[in-house]
Amino acid sequence: MSAHDHHEEMHPPAPVWMYVVNFLVLVVLTIVTYFVATKDLGAMSTPVALGIAVVKAGLVVLFFMHVFESGPLTKLTIFSSLFMVAVLCGFFLVDYSTRNLEVLPPEETAPVVEKSAKS
Amino acid sequence: MSTTVSELKAKGVPFVNNEPSKVTYLNHENTVASWLLTLDHKRIGVMYLISMTFMFLLGGIFAGIIRAELITPKGDMLSSDFYNKTFTAHGVIMVFFVLIPAVPASLGNFIMPLMLGAKDVAFPRLNLMSWYLYVIGAVFTLLAMLLGGVDTGWTFYTPLSSTYSNGNVMVVAAGLFILGFSSILTGLNFIVTIHRMRAPGLTWFRLPLFVWALYATSIIQLLGTPVIAITLSLLGLERVLGVGIFDPRLGGDPILFQHLFWFYSHPAVYIMILPPLGVASELVTTFSRKPIFGYQMIAGSSLAIAIFSFIVWAHHMFTSGISPYAAMFFSLLTFSVAIPSGIKVFTWLGTMWRGSIVNDSPMWFAYGFIGLFTIGGLTGLFLSTLGTDIHLHDTYFVVAHFHYVMVGGAIVGLMGGLHFWWPKMFGRMYNEPLAKLSAFFVFAGFNLTFFPQFLLGYLGMPRRYHEYPAEMQVMNVFSTAGALVLGLGYIMPMIYLTYAAFWGPKASKNPWGATTLDWTATDSPPTPHNFEGQPVVTEEPYHYKSTENKEHALAH
Ligand SMILES: [Cu+2]
Repeated sequence: MSAHDHHEEMHPPAPVWMYVVNFLVLVVLTIVTYFVATKDLGAMSTPVALGIAVVKAGLVVLFFMHVFESGPLTKLTIFSSLFMVAVLCGFFLVDYSTRNLEVLPPEETAPVVEKSAKS
Repeated sequence: MSTTVSELKAKGVPFVNNEPSKVTYLNHENTVASWLLTLDHKRIGVMYLISMTFMFLLGGIFAGIIRAELITPKGDMLSSDFYNKTFTAHGVIMVFFVLIPAVPASLGNFIMPLMLGAKDVAFPRLNLMSWYLYVIGAVFTLLAMLLGGVDTGWTFYTPLSSTYSNGNVMVVAAGLFILGFSSILTGLNFIVTIHRMRAPGLTWFRLPLFVWALYATSIIQLLGTPVIAITLSLLGLERVLGVGIFDPRLGGDPILFQHLFWFYSHPAVYIMILPPLGVASELVTTFSRKPIFGYQMIAGSSLAIAIFSFIVWAHHMFTSGISPYAAMFFSLLTFSVAIPSGIKVFTWLGTMWRGSIVNDSPMWFAYGFIGLFTIGGLTGLFLSTLGTDIHLHDTYFVVAHFHYVMVGGAIVGLMGGLHFWWPKMFGRMYNEPLAKLSAFFVFAGFNLTFFPQFLLGYLGMPRRYHEYPAEMQVMNVFSTAGALVLGLGYIMPMIYLTYAAFWGPKASKNPWGATTLDWTATDSPPTPHNFEGQPVVTEEPYHYKSTENKEHALAH
């Protein structure tokens, strides 16, 4: 046992109302997810759906999993996992956003192909 | 007050010639159940060692079959299909069941709590569960091989694995999914143990460097392994439900699989190599009788390698169709890994410089390790250079490179660690001349096996084919001959170390004169609870005094 053993004291259990409020918010957000999915938001539909999902996940992590009231080491752990996801997705984009850079847009290449096909 | 022999015998204390032998973790309980249900990190470490050795033998047999086929240029021994299954079996077994758990699960489990002055790891039950998950994962994988094998290579690239290969792919994937949790739990266990169970006075910068290396490894295990689990799950969804994430006809991208796969599997190389780097640090300082040069640089470089390892993965994909801009970006980042690796090699050399080097057998393995790791690391730079990689990609140059790092590095490092800690683990010494001979055979056999493969790769011999042009036969024969010598170098320690564990001469508590708690505060072999009372640390880890004085004398 190390000397700095008890620096993260056990918290008293969170009050029941907090869980209830959290649960109700999650239920509401789930209903919102459903109705948003029935509307066509065009380019915004994915960001909106992901945004709601992030809020829900955040509530679960912060309150149900007690990260909100935990010590800095726990928060750092959560942060580093999120950071890894950011690295994963961000570096994927380095590839996917530049993969077709040198290809001409189809409307410029298409007539050339047609002409040569006809002649 | 004296107790009679019969009273002690009634209590179950083991006796040799009516002399009470010490109660150790090995003899305090003797039933099979006391091993299979043990929560003792030392016994779990030994069980890992035994199960890994079994998998290593199996993977070695497959390697032998590959080398036998490649003696002749014609594919005359195996069909191409069976050859594919053989190198897949070799790769899967060696990478996932030997190299990744090699040092952390065996030596790490056994030694790390001793180094910390702890009675066990933080979660002993989880530790035992890790071992069972390893065994279950192994059973799945071997089952797939019995069912007819897998021909995708250990990388499981789509669309071969998702569309064309047989269903055994999913059995192996399930095995690796389960095995992944073994790795995650070990990493988690080690991180918590290192944070919470250090002895009083054992501050972060007094930790032995092996512990730092395991800490960095555990971070990778914890953050990286879930990604491979998810990737294999996606592969399963793709095969079973045809969700199309890797299928361009359905809007997916087969290269996405490679991204996801290498996001884990490049860092996995550091899961394999970081712990042996830590072992090398211990060996070099102990056998140079000198405080290690650049302690904080070595500890920091372990963490730097862990972090860098996650941002270089696409160097495996330069020719696979990723954007050339991304290729440039990842090529540049890959070079950054050379810096912390170089730091380590130079600090070891700096430690040996003017040390009073003792050339015991563990140090021989350390020499071999440093040499092979350096060649492996430097040839990695050839491959991270975009222009040369286009020529060398998927040739035997790559095969030689990663064997230098993963076998020349990780396995030789493991062997050095085993020879170093064997007296601690089993309380007995092995045959020193045989150990030196084994170190020599491994080093010579390894170079004879894999150096010709650099030349073959440069000449353009592709990997994963059972045929090759006739003019490449000479180098291939050298390589197969080397594999025989290498095999001898591996079989020998399995015999003399096993013999030593039972019948070797008794080892003292600290036969190498090392300074860390695993040597100074525990018996050889340790008692079931490691320490009598709580050890306290008051000094830096490697306080070897003799050479400091000698250096003073030399300087004046
Ligand atoms: Cu890599």
